[in-house]
Amino acid sequence: MRVKELKLVITFHTTADAMAMEKCCKEANAPGRLIPVPRAISSGCGLAWCADLSEKDGLLEVMAKVGLKQEDIHKCMV
Amino acid sequence: MIYMDNAATTMRKPEEVITAVMNAMNSMGNAGRGAHAASLSASRVIYNAREALARFFNAESPKQIVFTNNSTESLNIAIKGLLEPGDHVVTTMLEHNSVLRPLYEMEQKGVSLTIVKSDKQGRISYEEVEEAVQENTKAIICTNGSNLTGNYVDVKRIGAIAKNKGVLFVVDASQTAGVYPIDVQEMNIDVLCFTGHKSLLGPQGTGGLCVREGLKLKPLKSGGSGVLTYSKEHPSDMPTALEAGTLNGHGIAGLGAAIEYLEKEGIDNIREKELQHMWKFYHGVKEIPGVKVYGDFETELRCPIVTLNIGDYDSSEVSDELLMTYGISTRPGAHCAPLMHEALGTVEQGAVRFSFSHYNTNEEIEAAIQAIKELAEE
Repeated sequence: MRVKELKLVITFHTTADAMAMEKCCKEANAPGRLIPVPRAISSGCGLAWCADLSEKDGLLEVMAKVGLKQEDIHKCMV
Repeated sequence: MIYMDNAATTMRKPEEVITAVMNAMNSMGNAGRGAHAASLSASRVIYNAREALARFFNAESPKQIVFTNNSTESLNIAIKGLLEPGDHVVTTMLEHNSVLRPLYEMEQKGVSLTIVKSDKQGRISYEEVEEAVQENTKAIICTNGSNLTGNYVDVKRIGAIAKNKGVLFVVDASQTAGVYPIDVQEMNIDVLCFTGHKSLLGPQGTGGLCVREGLKLKPLKSGGSGVLTYSKEHPSDMPTALEAGTLNGHGIAGLGAAIEYLEKEGIDNIREKELQHMWKFYHGVKEIPGVKVYGDFETELRCPIVTLNIGDYDSSEVSDELLMTYGISTRPGAHCAPLMHEALGTVEQGAVRFSFSHYNTNEEIEAAIQAIKELAEE
């Protein structure tokens, strides 16, 4: 297994929201990728957006621009 | 074969649609049920189709697009998800059984109906629609175009009535989605029900709803969602709330490609070709002795449908003769619109429906006119 790192994990209410996240991040060249929600987190949707902790403000800005709402924002070992 | 049953399903599909379905069948996992490449591929394709449909119908957001198997499922979700005992609904004689039967089912549970009458040309009075709204009216539920006569129903006008009266507006767009522009916000449509396999040119087994943001519908089904596994209740967030079970991802891939095809070609251009065929056929058959054409041809605003009978001949016999002697595919008999047949006086005889595609050719239209001429002489 890979060595885990502390990461930013954004969760969503629906798969459609997770896919909207991937799309808006791609269009904005924002970093990160979709991952299965880690067990440590309780989440609605099974997909989450994972990125470096330092990217939090930039990602929230991208989401705000398209009106996308997260379920929650976590820091966890991924 | 000359295919003229496009109101039942468009048989010829754009190459892009066929390719998209094939690609999907070679690459798709289960959307929203994992984060591996195949699952994400399916989720991306489905989300793209959601976006395309939201654009196409001017929905407030792709989340308001719900995928179903067809218009019938969409209408069942809308009707059973919105109505409660004690509610009243206004609908019309133009409706297909996909509207009428769920409404009759709700009638048994205490919903009352007012069915606005049609004249002998298959037209309704918009004043009567407005007058039918009463204190306990929950919704006006009607078609955007008759599957039997091809008459267009002015949903923008009814949408304004619904808004003015403060009632919900549910539209069955089975015959018009892909033919006429539909803007759910401009037309004040709360729930638009559509099918993918007719004029949207997608695969069978695809369809959906476009639901106004904030409007809650009780789901018809509950079950797997890929979301909130440990909750005993189905998730309430859209679109998951109304999409229990694995979606028809392969079909939705085709539907997404079909919307992109329609956007590229332009539905105004497609409709122009279809209506040219319809008018050419109509003018070619309307004066033939013994031929009776049904519907309102005094307006340009029509679906590309011409329905007729020849003398007292059984419509099934005429349709069979068209196929066996001329190789022309049409639909005879009753067209799942019982009240419309009553209004037209065709309950016993049924009627032969010709419905056109932009893929039909002038030669095919001429062959169909000639066939009717010959059959009417017999």
